Amino acid sequence: MPSLTTALLRSYTAVVAARFRLLLQYRAAALAGVATQIFWGCIKLMVLGAFYAAAVTTPPMTFTAIVAYVWLGQVLIGLLPWNHDPELQELFTSGGVAYELLRPLDLYWFWFARTLAFRTAPTLLRMVPGIIFATLILPLIGLPEWALPAPASMTHGLMFALSFTVTVMLSCAITILITISMFWLIEARGLSTFMYGVVPVFSGMIVPLPLFPDWMQPFLQYQPFRGLCDVPFRIYSGDIPLSMAGQEIAFQFVWVVILILFGYGLIARARVRLVVQGG
Amino acid sequence: MPQILVEGISKTFRVAERNPGFLGAFGGLFHRRHRSIDALRDVSFSIDEGELVGYIGPNGAGKSTTIKILSGILVPSSGRCEVDGRVPWKERREHVASIGVVFGQRTQLWWDLPVIESYDLLRDIYRVPHSRYEHTRDELIEMLDLGSLLDIPVRQLSLGQRVRCDIAAALLHEPSILFLDEPTIGLDAVSQLSVRAFIKQLSRDHKVTVLLTTHNLDDIEALCDRILVLSDGQLLMDGSIAELRDRYGDGRYVAVELESFAAVAPEHEERIVERSDSHILFSVASDVPKFIDDVLSNYPVKDLLVTHPPIERVVATMYQAERIEH
Repeated sequence: MPSLTTALLRSYTAVVAARFRLLLQYRAAALAGVATQIFWGCIKLMVLGAFYAAAVTTPPMTFTAIVAYVWLGQVLIGLLPWNHDPELQELFTSGGVAYELLRPLDLYWFWFARTLAFRTAPTLLRMVPGIIFATLILPLIGLPEWALPAPASMTHGLMFALSFTVTVMLSCAITILITISMFWLIEARGLSTFMYGVVPVFSGMIVPLPLFPDWMQPFLQYQPFRGLCDVPFRIYSGDIPLSMAGQEIAFQFVWVVILILFGYGLIARARVRLVVQGG
Repeated sequence: MPQILVEGISKTFRVAERNPGFLGAFGGLFHRRHRSIDALRDVSFSIDEGELVGYIGPNGAGKSTTIKILSGILVPSSGRCEVDGRVPWKERREHVASIGVVFGQRTQLWWDLPVIESYDLLRDIYRVPHSRYEHTRDELIEMLDLGSLLDIPVRQLSLGQRVRCDIAAALLHEPSILFLDEPTIGLDAVSQLSVRAFIKQLSRDHKVTVLLTTHNLDDIEALCDRILVLSDGQLLMDGSIAELRDRYGDGRYVAVELESFAAVAPEHEERIVERSDSHILFSVASDVPKFIDDVLSNYPVKDLLVTHPPIERVVATMYQAERIEH
């Protein structure tokens, strides 16, 4: 039924598009975000650069790979699933969730579409100035070794694009779990605070994961948050060789499937015990 | 086969409770007490295509819960329910495509978007073909007089404007059933009238089945041939307004205007509902002609009017009577 599928897609894309238009209105927030990203990128590079200069053994990553890791992280920081859509939060506290269930759409994918817009719209807006700074301005002000390098090769770039697409899905699949938790908790601020502590560390956003102690590596390797930063960024710089890239993307994808199935099951359970707030 | 069939529906909510105060809150961390609330108890009714039915009852009676079950949002604890041959919560997606719902206290429009963009979005969500959509939309815009509101972001609309826009939004996909949950709540008199006129027109010309919950009994009197009365989760009555009056609104109101202030005899005193200076309102249960005779011969009457008790009174009497029986 191709016509039905396109019709379905149309309704989901309409939701995404509306959300985009909304978020793009918040220009001041975007500007502030850009400044913070650039500032933290420079701080991290200074700290890591100092460690590298003082290193007695060969570090597990080259400094170029670190620079790529840091800048990609800073530019795409908005994708990290450490908060949730305030619009959906509002639906739970006000009882507006009733209207969500009145739409002839599958609730999970309806919210997935909304989450996708919530995650990507601000990121797309903010990444442009960040990328300009990291690629063009840094060499101009005499810091070429801090500039975001190009992907290791054309193929690395393509594999990065693929891996990054899965990253976006992974991020949405995690964010939507925070949303679904509101069926039980009503207020997701607690869970978000928890995620705020966990996600940046275990994704590699704070410190690239290969720099963590060896004894932690087995654990870090298999946890889902690694698919958010570590995998795509290291494919980009070639730190993960092309021969391993397919396997790593598959690793990300398996987590996406697990988390989507989990979220789907939770929504089905929540539907039966749903209480709509405010009568 | 009726369009809406409800048979023995019950819904029990479990709510967590805690003792008041700080210690109570702290205790709640370790031990939760739960209390069951029966929002609906064995409710049955059926509604045929094209009917306009009013659904009334005091706050917390379970009206909204019923609407939410009928629209597939909530799952009942027990009982059977079919709308257009479908079980709402089991075939939710197919079901909601053929119904429209308005919760008067909440908006389904996108708060920051102009009204028209919300409509376009709903068109895509409900997958309404473009030509069909334009036709329906323009008709609704005309009927509800929305022309000047379309480019305004929803957050800037007044409540009356917003509710009118919300009603149109619920009908863009041409549903055959419309559930209205307190559509006139908080509206001024003019907006109430225009919403009421629209509902009437919709029911008469488009044969849309309407189930309307409200506290505004003028709505009911102006619109509904049939009412369902709910109290404490139980259906008290299913019938016409005339039946309601017969059962609980016996007697008449006699409004009297006096030439000058006069004291009222004790046997009349007890029938006074309201008195302000020379205006007196009596409630008379039986033998109205004799009462009028009495009044005319005893007091300096300037004017006299006999009416039905207002429906508010009738309903209040009924709620009271039924509560005592419990």
